[in-house]
Amino acid sequence: MNLDQLLPAVIVLSSFLPGVFIFLLKEESHLLRGVLNMTGAIVKVLLVGVMIWGVFHGHVYETRLTLAPGLDLVLHADALAVLFATLSSVLWLVTTIYAIGYLEHSPNRSRFFGFFSLCVSATVGVALAGNLLTFVVFYEVLTLATYPLVAHRGTPDATRGGKIYLAYTMGGGALLLVGAVWLQALSGPSDFVHGGFLSGLHPDVWGQLVAIFFFLLAGLGVKAALVPLHGWLPQSMVAPAPVSALLHAVAVVKAGAFGIVRVVYDVYGVGFADALGLLTPLGILATITILYGSGMALTQDGLKKRLAYSTVSQVSYIALGASILGPIATIGGVVHLVHQGIMKITLFFCAGNYAETLGVHKVSQMDGVGRRMPWTTLAFSVGALGMIGIPPIAGFVSKWYLAMGAVEADAYWVLLILALSSLLNAGYFLPILYRAWFRPPPKRWPEEHIPAGRFETMGALLWPPLITAAFCLVAGLFAAAPFSPLEWATLIARREYGP
Amino acid sequence: MLDSLALAVSVPLIGALLVTAVPGRVQGLGLLAALATLATVGLVTAEVWQQGSLRSDLGGWGAPLGISLAADGLSAALLAMAALVALAVSVYASGYFSRGETETHFWPLWLLLWAALNGLLLAADLFNLYVTLELLGLTAAALGALTGTRAAVEASLRYLLVGLLGSLAYLLGVALLYTAYGTLDMALLGAAVRPEPIAGSALVLMTAGLALKAALFPMHFWLPPAHANAPAPVSAALSALVVKAAFYLMLRLWLDVFAPLVTPWAAGLMGLLGALAVFWGSWRALRAERLKLMAAYSTVAQIGYLCLFLPVLTALPAGDAREDLLVALLLMALTHGFAKAGLFLAAGLVQRSAGHDRIDDLGGTAQHMPATTFSIGLAGIALIGLPPSGSFVGKWILMRSVIESGQWWWIPVILVGTLLAAAYVFRVLSRAFNLEPTPRRFVTQARTEVPALLLALTSAAVLGLAARPLWRLLGFEGGL
Repeated sequence: MNLDQLLPAVIVLSSFLPGVFIFLLKEESHLLRGVLNMTGAIVKVLLVGVMIWGVFHGHVYETRLTLAPGLDLVLHADALAVLFATLSSVLWLVTTIYAIGYLEHSPNRSRFFGFFSLCVSATVGVALAGNLLTFVVFYEVLTLATYPLVAHRGTPDATRGGKIYLAYTMGGGALLLVGAVWLQALSGPSDFVHGGFLSGLHPDVWGQLVAIFFFLLAGLGVKAALVPLHGWLPQSMVAPAPVSALLHAVAVVKAGAFGIVRVVYDVYGVGFADALGLLTPLGILATITILYGSGMALTQDGLKKRLAYSTVSQVSYIALGASILGPIATIGGVVHLVHQGIMKITLFFCAGNYAETLGVHKVSQMDGVGRRMPWTTLAFSVGALGMIGIPPIAGFVSKWYLAMGAVEADAYWVLLILALSSLLNAGYFLPILYRAWFRPPPKRWPEEHIPAGRFETMGALLWPPLITAAFCLVAGLFAAAPFSPLEWATLIARREYGP
Repeated sequence: MLDSLALAVSVPLIGALLVTAVPGRVQGLGLLAALATLATVGLVTAEVWQQGSLRSDLGGWGAPLGISLAADGLSAALLAMAALVALAVSVYASGYFSRGETETHFWPLWLLLWAALNGLLLAADLFNLYVTLELLGLTAAALGALTGTRAAVEASLRYLLVGLLGSLAYLLGVALLYTAYGTLDMALLGAAVRPEPIAGSALVLMTAGLALKAALFPMHFWLPPAHANAPAPVSAALSALVVKAAFYLMLRLWLDVFAPLVTPWAAGLMGLLGALAVFWGSWRALRAERLKLMAAYSTVAQIGYLCLFLPVLTALPAGDAREDLLVALLLMALTHGFAKAGLFLAAGLVQRSAGHDRIDDLGGTAQHMPATTFSIGLAGIALIGLPPSGSFVGKWILMRSVIESGQWWWIPVILVGTLLAAAYVFRVLSRAFNLEPTPRRFVTQARTEVPALLLALTSAAVLGLAARPLWRLLGFEGGL
């Protein structure tokens, strides 16, 4: 067993082990808990960095543990895995800083940060999963690790949100399990592979393959919040802001979308999926979700709820990209995995800042917040404009490639959807920006917890959104630089469609 | 010469005599006997690991005259699980019972039960099985009534009578077999049995008796009150081990002794009863008002899962797929043993801390006991069958075999059972989140909380990730 075989497992464990120790800590051990948290986060980012370098240079990182004959737990670092692992480990580092600041005085921090760490371990496990079994394992662990975070506050609302979350995710998990087992019964144990491993099966079982696809899609669609399986997402907004940020941008929703990408590209193969006629229903589902989510977001006054419906809509761009046959659309979908993550986490950080600093929870209370909290509002504006698709912010790059991909595949209806959706995005984001910057502030804020000092709010709350907003700009401006998300997505598309 | 098989039965027996003789040091001696028993069981397991199977004739008198003991992979694995669970229960009991009469009554009965259990798992002929089964039932009923409350005594009396009825049915079957074939040794019988009415009647009688003892739906009615009203360590042993013993015996009969008699219809009937048990047990667990009652109904459902394996096992031809499925069955049984013991031990702590175990009123209790709440959570993961528990691997293989053998109608049963299990487990866990003040430390009383946590952890994390040695232990391909 050499280092290359250990690295994926070590990356997963680098947040798992600190998590376990944090559970055992006394509530008062602020310092030790902070050190454990940050050490885990930093070590993980460094190790993922090593992995990026290695994968780019053709190293093979694979950890394999045989659970039973034919049941291998495989962690394998291919380009797509590394993309998602990088996203989650970098954003986790930022979110950890934010969460330490956000939860400074609230109870049960050992429990919170313990599950927080487990959550990220599970996400990275989902990213690195090398076959469906491993994917299912970490997907379910992710459910288990996030439930306590959603229910963390223990209010009747939180308990209810937790219950709804569980009902959806457990149901989805069961369907995913059936799909995965059924697939294994047909194809034998198979690892993910570019171009899929099913096209060689006898045409007699193609009907079953179609059925399996819908089982898998239903299971993944719950976490990816595909309509009509999205109902849990707005309800779980009761969770603390860092959790919402994590759920929406990094972990849960993204795990679902990532799973759809995996299934389409590395289980079925996008060409074979097209031959089975699976891409059209996926595209229709994605389209409905995009429009429905945006439409619902228009009507929400709660800021976090509006952002939640915006997530419902935005994540489906990834599925939309996967449903169009052609490398450019693939690039657009895959790169949105990253771009949506950094933009949405910025928005949630900012929403958390407004709530924590001024007690502002609703859009209608946001008049003039730009004057009181200019930096936060600046970051928010970058995220919001990016979501609409204004260049040079990251979101523009995704939409551009999706549109080009649609043209390449002669799917002109996608252009219409993109235009309509951008219009709706503008419809629910621009009024917020207008209120924040141009309306006069009220005499008193609803509940001002943190007075304006050297910064407009606590440093631990202010820096994370600024950093992620900077990511949004950099990912857009330097999209053609080596190791940018776009370049990496291009690498993935090249390997998928390659000779 | 002393051999390991005889030791595994005699050591706990000697322990039981010792604690009866010296009631003053009952706790120390009891724990010592528990450790010694674990060591002998370890010896048996190691020998089976190396040699495949063991057999010893006590006093040099072989079958069909003398008493024979035998061990193979199946019995060794259950023996080892029982020993680990029993050790944890022993340590827990030493911290759970306050010094006094209950404790002096607990230890002799407990060690006697352990000896009976080991005897049952190692017995090689059907009559000795009857003896150990009876002894197991008697000690279990006595232990169940240990608290002396009216509800406990009532439930245990019913348990005792049902157990006697079950043993009688079993004994009748044994008598029929002896009349027909002149032997009771399982290996010899397995070779002699032919599909004829007398053997069929024996199978029906013995299965009915054992199903009663294993609480297979609809013969489960006695289990919930008996298990829910016993003291926590006893509940753990009853649910994790005693019920499992009856099921083990049933499995032996169906797979080894009566294999030529088993028709797809008979196996299908067992599967149907199992499916009903899964539905009914899970549903009642969901509706249960008390934590221990929930755990007890969950046992009814879990026995149902084990029965689901029978029709699929019968349908598969001998080969890798069938071997995998057999190990999966064993893995489910082992996982349930650890998980249910951990759950009952944790429930006992909750009950003692809150003074009751009504789920709806638990609120802050769970909050103050992080280690115990974790135990319930981890055991819950194993009961639901979520990864990385042993039952997840077991369920995966079961579902795969179900699809491969074309009996897809069991899939919805497994799914509904899983979702109902998730519902009843999280119904309890959701009580752990509330606005109560923060707990100060993770563990408050190590002696009781750590055994529960370790059992639950084993079921939820260890068994699933390290199941491979089971293949080797059972002598199948694909092991280490």
